[in-house]
Amino acid sequence: MIESTNLRPADRTMYDCRKAFADELATLARADERIVAVCNDSVSSSNLAAFRDEFPDRLVNVGIAEQNMVGVASGLANGGLLPFVCAAAPFLTGRALEQIKADIAYADRHVVLCGMSPGVAYGQLGPTHHSIEDLSWLRAIANLPIVVPADPTQTRAAMRWAVSTEGPSYLRIPRSPVPELFAPDTPLEPGRFVPLTDGDDVTLVAAGTLVWRAVEAASLLRIEGISARVLAAPFVEPLDEAAVIAAARETRGIVTVEEATVSGGLGAAVAGVAARYCPTRVRVLGIPGVFAPTGDVEFLLEHFGLTATGIADSARSVLADAGR
Amino acid sequence: MLTSSRPQVDHWRAFRDRVRDAGRDERANLLATASAQVRRDVLTMIERAGLGHVGGDFSVTDILVTLYAAVLSVEPAEPDWPDRDRLILSKGHSAAALYATLASCGYFPATELATFMAPLSALNGHPDRTKVPGVETNTGPLGHGLPVGVGTALAARLRGSSARTVVILGDGELQEGSNWEAAMYAAHQQLGSLTAVIDRNGLQQGARTEDTNALEPLADKWRSFGWTVAEVDGHDHAALADVFSASTPDRPTAVIAHTQKGHGVSFMTDRVEWHHRVPTGEELALARAELSR
Ligand SMILES: Cc1ncc(C[n+]2csc(CCOP(=O)(O)OP(=O)(O)O)c2C)c(N)n1
Repeated sequence: MIESTNLRPADRTMYDCRKAFADELATLARADERIVAVCNDSVSSSNLAAFRDEFPDRLVNVGIAEQNMVGVASGLANGGLLPFVCAAAPFLTGRALEQIKADIAYADRHVVLCGMSPGVAYGQLGPTHHSIEDLSWLRAIANLPIVVPADPTQTRAAMRWAVSTEGPSYLRIPRSPVPELFAPDTPLEPGRFVPLTDGDDVTLVAAGTLVWRAVEAASLLRIEGISARVLAAPFVEPLDEAAVIAAARETRGIVTVEEATVSGGLGAAVAGVAARYCPTRVRVLGIPGVFAPTGDVEFLLEHFGLTATGIADSARSVLADAGR
Repeated sequence: MLTSSRPQVDHWRAFRDRVRDAGRDERANLLATASAQVRRDVLTMIERAGLGHVGGDFSVTDILVTLYAAVLSVEPAEPDWPDRDRLILSKGHSAAALYATLASCGYFPATELATFMAPLSALNGHPDRTKVPGVETNTGPLGHGLPVGVGTALAARLRGSSARTVVILGDGELQEGSNWEAAMYAAHQQLGSLTAVIDRNGLQQGARTEDTNALEPLADKWRSFGWTVAEVDGHDHAALADVFSASTPDRPTAVIAHTQKGHGVSFMTDRVEWHHRVPTGEELALARAELSR
């Protein structure tokens, strides 16, 4: 296994990416007067307290009113500002889905939609607060790049990319703890996966909070003589079709991993590309079409096999099916 | 799905009869005692879970206890009885207060409260009707309860039932537009059996409602939507019971219950940080002492 230069040396200090998010937002706002934050009574859950203190006039808190929040953001962009809409991912995407479609994506507004604490980060607060459908919902909308950062470095890079790119975007900001994974100058390009390990037996394509677990799964597999190619997918939309096709050609199966439902997210996108250009076995890991039971994040990820061991098990079973 | 606790149901029935037969002062005393027990239960649940929304639990406790012990016609041993009154806790983050109240009626054994938010527990951080008897709809995302309540009240009328529907809303929650769509339609439908109780504690998650997205003049808003409005001290059990016994036949009623977040514990009262802070060591001891007086 060749570890790519994109990987930092292993350090297992765990981070809540909302911290990197808050620091970067302030840095960006100091350099760009157009930047405003828009939220829904979520100053603390979106980590906006410092932003509010430094730029009191540039925080628009509409109260508990997500549809209004997204409409207001579209209007702010119309007036020449650059809104970062910061709200818990389930309510931002679910409640304001039509506003996201019509007022942001279809209207082609330069608005950065920031879904905070996605996946099952809200653990015990339950399925109403889990944001596992956001990727499927938003993938169906045209003109809306979807970025799923995997660590603090990629979170900051995603924000800089969103500012520098005209038009809408959705950033999925992790709360479930992750280690620093990427070397600081790792490039972030739309439509490009980031290779993390080389391998020709099986490919693991992972997004967000589960990327580091896929890297650990590859280490587990290596001990057994299985070489796994690990690809991080910061962009779920647009997808790196070339990398999927290469994986389908060069390895004997693909396992996708995401903190989201298996219906319509990263896995479905990868499987769709493989089916179109180079059919191969694809195993889609995520929340398998159910509402989660009560439990904290770690319990739920374990429950759904979204751990290094669970990912390695799926890789072995894909290879078994492929006749290894 | 949890199942009811017979001995507790019998106890609750006897308690309800005592409350109904009591004079105004004694009724208030009985209900205040029951509320203190619910608050102590909530504290223990949140301590064990290491998570929860104690501020909003304590502001809504007296409302919940009054409704279940003195007002609602329900049958905890038969939670799906078709003619039951329906209570919908739209501010679903106050699940702990609801669970403790439901347990006190015998909907499920009080021992279950110890599993609040634990792995595989029925008692999720937000109410789930498929797991907890007595929970009428799933809540948690704000702004869902009133539309469901309108449909529930409409169904009762269509079925010729006189059952009433009570929806408890947070005041911050009223910033969601869905409430006003429902309010407009409830008045249009002349749903006299529908009551919306607004837990008017003046605080939301991050700040005061009036500093975030002001609601006042709140009573006028409901009136202008065609509702009858009553205002009450949301911690005065006798006054609450009186207000809930009045109704107008062809208009829905909004009860604006003036409350305090964290009511019952001095250092939590009217303090926004107790929206979802979890008390630790000394704070717990102090809170328990105050709730045991
Ligand atoms: C649609 C939606 N947006 C945001 C939240 C996050 N949230 C949970 S509680 C809360 C504040 C609620 O304030 P209020 O309704 O006044 O309730 P109370 O003060 O009685 O706890 C917020 C914003 C949510 N649960 N649902």
